[in-house]
Formats: sequence, structure tokens, C-alpha cells
Amino acid sequence: MSAAEEVVAEGHEAVEAVPKRAMTLGTTTSLVVLAALLIVPAFAKNFIIFQITMLLIYGLAVLALNILTGGSGQFSLGQSAFYAVGAYTSAVLMEQFNVNYALTLPIAGVICFGFGYLFGKPALRLSGVYLALATFALATAMPQLLKLNFLEHWTGGVQGLVVTKPDAPFGLKMSQDTWLYYFTLAVTVAIYVFSVNLLRSRSGRAFMAIRDNEIAASSMGVNVALYKTLAFGVSAGITGVSGALGAIAVQFVAPDSYTITLAISLFLGMVVGGVGWLPGSFVGAAFIIFVPNMAESISKGLSGAVFGVLLFLVIFLVPHGARQVAIVSQQMLGKLRK
Amino acid sequence: MPAVTSKLAVASFAIALFAASTSAALAQKKYDTGATDTEIKIGNIMPYSGPASAYGIIGRTEAAYFKKINEEGGINGRKINFVSYDDAYSPPKTVEQARKLVESDEVLLIFNSLGTPPNSAIQKYMNSKKVPQLFVATGATKWNDPKDFPWTMGWQPNYQSETQIYAKYLLKNMPNAKIAVLYQNDDYGKDYLKGLKDGLGAKAASMIVIEESYETSEPTIDNHIVKMKATGADVFMNITTPKFAAQAIKKISEIGWKPTHFLNNVSASVGSVIKPAGFEHSQDIISAAYLKDVSDPQWKDDAGMKAFLDFMTKYFPEGDKLDGGTIVGYGVAQTLVEVLKKCGDDLTRENVMKQAASLKDFRTEVLLPGIKINTSPTDFAPISSLQLMKFKGEKWDLFGDVISADAGG
Repeated sequence: MSAAEEVVAEGHEAVEAVPKRAMTLGTTTSLVVLAALLIVPAFAKNFIIFQITMLLIYGLAVLALNILTGGSGQFSLGQSAFYAVGAYTSAVLMEQFNVNYALTLPIAGVICFGFGYLFGKPALRLSGVYLALATFALATAMPQLLKLNFLEHWTGGVQGLVVTKPDAPFGLKMSQDTWLYYFTLAVTVAIYVFSVNLLRSRSGRAFMAIRDNEIAASSMGVNVALYKTLAFGVSAGITGVSGALGAIAVQFVAPDSYTITLAISLFLGMVVGGVGWLPGSFVGAAFIIFVPNMAESISKGLSGAVFGVLLFLVIFLVPHGARQVAIVSQQMLGKLRK
Repeated sequence: MPAVTSKLAVASFAIALFAASTSAALAQKKYDTGATDTEIKIGNIMPYSGPASAYGIIGRTEAAYFKKINEEGGINGRKINFVSYDDAYSPPKTVEQARKLVESDEVLLIFNSLGTPPNSAIQKYMNSKKVPQLFVATGATKWNDPKDFPWTMGWQPNYQSETQIYAKYLLKNMPNAKIAVLYQNDDYGKDYLKGLKDGLGAKAASMIVIEESYETSEPTIDNHIVKMKATGADVFMNITTPKFAAQAIKKISEIGWKPTHFLNNVSASVGSVIKPAGFEHSQDIISAAYLKDVSDPQWKDDAGMKAFLDFMTKYFPEGDKLDGGTIVGYGVAQTLVEVLKKCGDDLTRENVMKQAASLKDFRTEVLLPGIKINTSPTDFAPISSLQLMKFKGEKWDLFGDVISADAGG
């Protein structure tokens, strides 16, 4: 049913050529998933709803990284920095300036877009592992920057900021968690549709041309510098929105929430979900949220090691992540039908 | 006929008695989510992984202690079911785990969750859900705020109390001291600094000649020490975590600076700070304590210390007795058991907080002699006294009286 079957599951580069249609799910599958997400709150406890909200939020952040790496072929280990800027923008606006929470999202997105675009400029000179290192530095520096004395007036310094959770509007009779879930879902769907269309557009084709071969792309008339920084900007902007949603859902921001561990988790999510396969972002997010809990239930003292083993198994058995699983199951279904 | 009546009377009497007894039982036994006739479910969140994983031993000690309690018959016949989750010291994860404990595992309360940022992240949630966030494992002063957060309570002496005690000592014994302060640039360091300034009061500005801060990411703090020596200060207030504290002690001795050295309790461990820094460099350092130090020979024959060591051998043999975390976990778990005992059959969340806020002169035998746990509806700081000590030879010598200083958040 999905277009994913056009891809053959082979090739060993970290980033391989993916036809643009293969970056998404088929229409029917998408609608089924959406319908399932819409009715979940009717059956689930508030805690489960909260977890799925977090899944969507981290999914967005992984998606943003996927556009950058899967789309334009640039690495980033610094997504936690953009996530932090988004979260803090939203938290500071809500708590210090009494801005409505919904309005803080686009503001966080725009600020992060600018931040990412500006960061992308000097990063143009770097590629591969050097770019990864530069972004890594950004992620390591961010918690320190958030503690800066002259910002403390707004950011609350090391103590962080507590954020008020919004109530459902229009007198709707639903819990704060359910409302926030639907709100997040709406934002997620909007950004997902935007991302799919972006990658199918002229800009998306330019991203992918750069990813596949920079020299060939520039000789075709693609402005490499512009599109590379643009990819950084878009990715940072989406990460910022997800960070802002994260701040509202968790109700708290502190420098310790946005360490390098978060950046690595997001990177992990992308690899597990399948580089360049947008729906995989949410599978990857599920992995980084639920697998540590599973690892902990297996062994408390060795949860890190268990997590590592599970991760190793995934990489070893399905190196292309969730996308590979989707393709294989598609082929199996196809055979069954025959 | 009379026989029939009497039989009826007996029957009705029996029924009445039965009804009375059951209703009395119903009136006595009151439960909130997480407590039943046979079980009390306690939640806990610890950094078993991540940057602060060294503290995970506190949670493991508590689990071992509750195992001991259960094997000895539980609390008023109820077994403790201790559910402890890992948050890797990441506040968003703490929120997830706290919600899991409250909404999915349905615990009666969350006990001794560790770290200031993680606890800050869930404080509002716990208070809006009216679930006790009891005896949090952090020394921040803000947990003592019963008016705004009636469901949150600390346990250990808060950081501000400790430096206030040093300030009292300084004002009395060295009123003209020139103080150099080195503190870690985070909530913990700043809390200590505030306590010192509050304690010195109006003289703070004139007495403190330099305030230096360092980041945990710095590999060494030598340059700060050299800079502070150059100011000519004669008192060094050392507000650092163990690794940096050991560095500071050594460096001060190396460059021949001889200030009166105050070392915060966080780094007062003989095993992990003083010994690595060298006993010869550590003479006459002043610190303050509230717990007995396992490595201190003066407690060798102490009954409380023996009970602790027996517990460690029997229930937690793989745990490191010298790690300060084990003795803290043991002491705080004992305090919780005391609160739950006092609750009797009224195991509602409200009563848990009420009992926790009415501890009178309670002692766990790992506390220094003379230090008692006292709480009230307006005092949510269970331990608020410390005793000063000076390092002599290879151990701390306690001196002076137990000094108390209550600081609110």
C-alpha cells in the first residue's frame, strides 16, 4: 500500500539516496495512524496520554534532525541546544511576560530558525565529523549559557523556571493532559505535513541533491550555501517548537534538562527510526522514551548496559531502523496476498 | 416464649456488637491510594544512571532497609512495597517517573527523590495532586516552605543553615576576619553563599573580601586558589564538591597559604576527600556534621553505628559502608518508618503529612549525639542542627555545642 516498497533494503552508507516519495507513509496508513492517535485519550489514563504527548514532542525533534541529516546530509549533535532555546523562549514568555502559550510556539520557532540559520553560516565550512564536533560543542555549552548571571533574571538560573500548564479553552470538559495532547497532536500533524511537502518541493529536491553530491548540485544551479543554512534553520525552528511544547508539557525548564545526553538521544532516535524516513522519527522517539524504562525493569544497576545491548541489537539486526522493518513487513504482506 | 425472646435478644445483641465492631474498624482504618491492610506502596526516584549515578546507592540502601523491615513483620502488619525508578538526574524524566508512580503505580507517597532540579520539576505537580513528596534528598533551603508547598518536605540540614552556623562561629571568634569564598556556580553553591551572607548580616560586605565561583566542567580550581591567596584573606570558605574540595585542600597547603579553612559538610568525608588530599594537608580544617562518620574510629563501639553495620552486612553486603550515601539512606529510611508507624491505621496522604510534621525529638541512631529531628506545621526542616568539628590527626574532633539554625525557603 505504501510507497515504501519502491526502496530496496540495501546499501551501507549512513545516508543513502532515498526517493522522495519513500520518505513518507502512504495516505491510507497515515490516516489510520492519525485516527488511532485521535481516539487514544478515550481509553488511556492521564499518565499514558502524557507519555504519548512526550512521544509526539520528541518525535518532532527527531523529525527536525531527520530533515537536516536525512534531507540535506548534514550531521548535528547539537539539537539539544535548539530544543533548549525553544523551551526557554516559551517558558520565559509565558511566566515573565504572560504571553499565551499557543503564541509562544511560533515565536520559539522563529527565534530558533534565526539561531539555527546563523549557526549554519559558519558551519558551512565544516562537513562530516567536523560539523558533528562543532554542533557537539554547541550542545555542551548550552547548559552553561543558560546559567549566565545576566540572564538569570529571566531564566531563573540554575533553579530553572516552573511553567503553568494551560487549561482546555472554550470551557471544554477535558483534563489538562488531554487538551495538551490534542494541542500537541495538531501542531505535530501541521509540522509533519509541512515537512513532507517541504521535502517534495523544489527546496527539498535541492536538499537531497546536496546530500547526494554537492558538486553535482551546485553545477545544476543549486545555491549550496543558501540551502545548507536553510536546512539548518528549518531544522532548528522545528526543534524549537518541539522544545517549547516540551516545556509546557513537563511544566519545568532547567539547564540540567538540556544536556548533551538529550542531543545524543535525539540522534539515536533518528538512527533507530531510519535516517531519512520521516514516520520513523516517531518510532525513534518511542525507542528513546520507552526502551530506557524497559532496560530499567530488566536490571536497575545495569540499565545503561542493557540499553546499550538493546541498541546494539537494533543496529546489528536492522541497520536501517524502523524503515527496514516497515519494508520487510510490506514485502511479507505482499507475498501473503499472492 | 421467654426462651425465644432471650435467643432473639442474644442474636440481636450479637448483631449489634458485630455491626459496632465493623463500623469501629471502618472508622479506624482509613486509606488513600497506595495503602491497604497488607501493603504500603512507596515511590522513589533516583539517578541510577547518568551524571549523578553515584547517589543511586542511597536508593539501594533504602530498598535494603525496607526489606529488613518487611522480614521483621512490616509496619503495623503492613509490608512496604518500595518502587524505585531511575531518572538519570534529568528533570523531564523525573516528571515522567513521578507521574508513573502517582498515576500508574498508585503509590501512597514519593519518598526521598534525589536532586534539586529533579525535585523542583515535580514539586508543583505533587502539590497539585496532593501527594506527599516526603524527605527529599537535597539540601536546598526551598523545601522548607509549608505555606506554599504543604506536600513537600526536606530531611537533611539545608545548606543555608550550615553556613549560618559558620557565620555565627566567625562573628564570635574572628570578628575581623577577611573571608575568601570559593563556591560551585549552581543552586547548591549559591544557597551556601546566601546562608553565609545572611549569617554575617550587616558585616557580610566588609568581611567577605572575595567571592570566586567555579564550574564543574573545570578540570582544576588551582587558579582560583592562587587568586584568593593574593587578596590576603585569613579565612577560606570552601563550598565545593568532593573532587574540588580535595584539590583545594592540597593546593592551599602547597602554596603555603594558612587561612582558617571551613569545609562544607558535602565534602567532609574522610574516605573520599580528606584521605586523597592527604592528612598532613588537612589539619585544623573546620567543618560541621549531623551524621556519624563510618570511618571515624570514635564510633567503633557505638550502638547506633553497630546496628547500621549489622544491617549493612546482613541486608546490603555489596554496598560500600564508607560511602556517605549508605548512612544517609539508612537514616532517612528510619525516619520514614517512624512516620508510617505513627500513622497507625490512618494511612491517608493527609495524615502522613500531619505525622511527618509532628515529629518530636525523634532520633535515628546514626545522627550525632544531641541532634534531634523536630518538625511542626510551620517547620518543614526535620534536621536543622549541626555540630562543628575540627580535623585532628586522622579524624574529625567534634567541638562546641550542637548549634541549630532554621532557614526557610
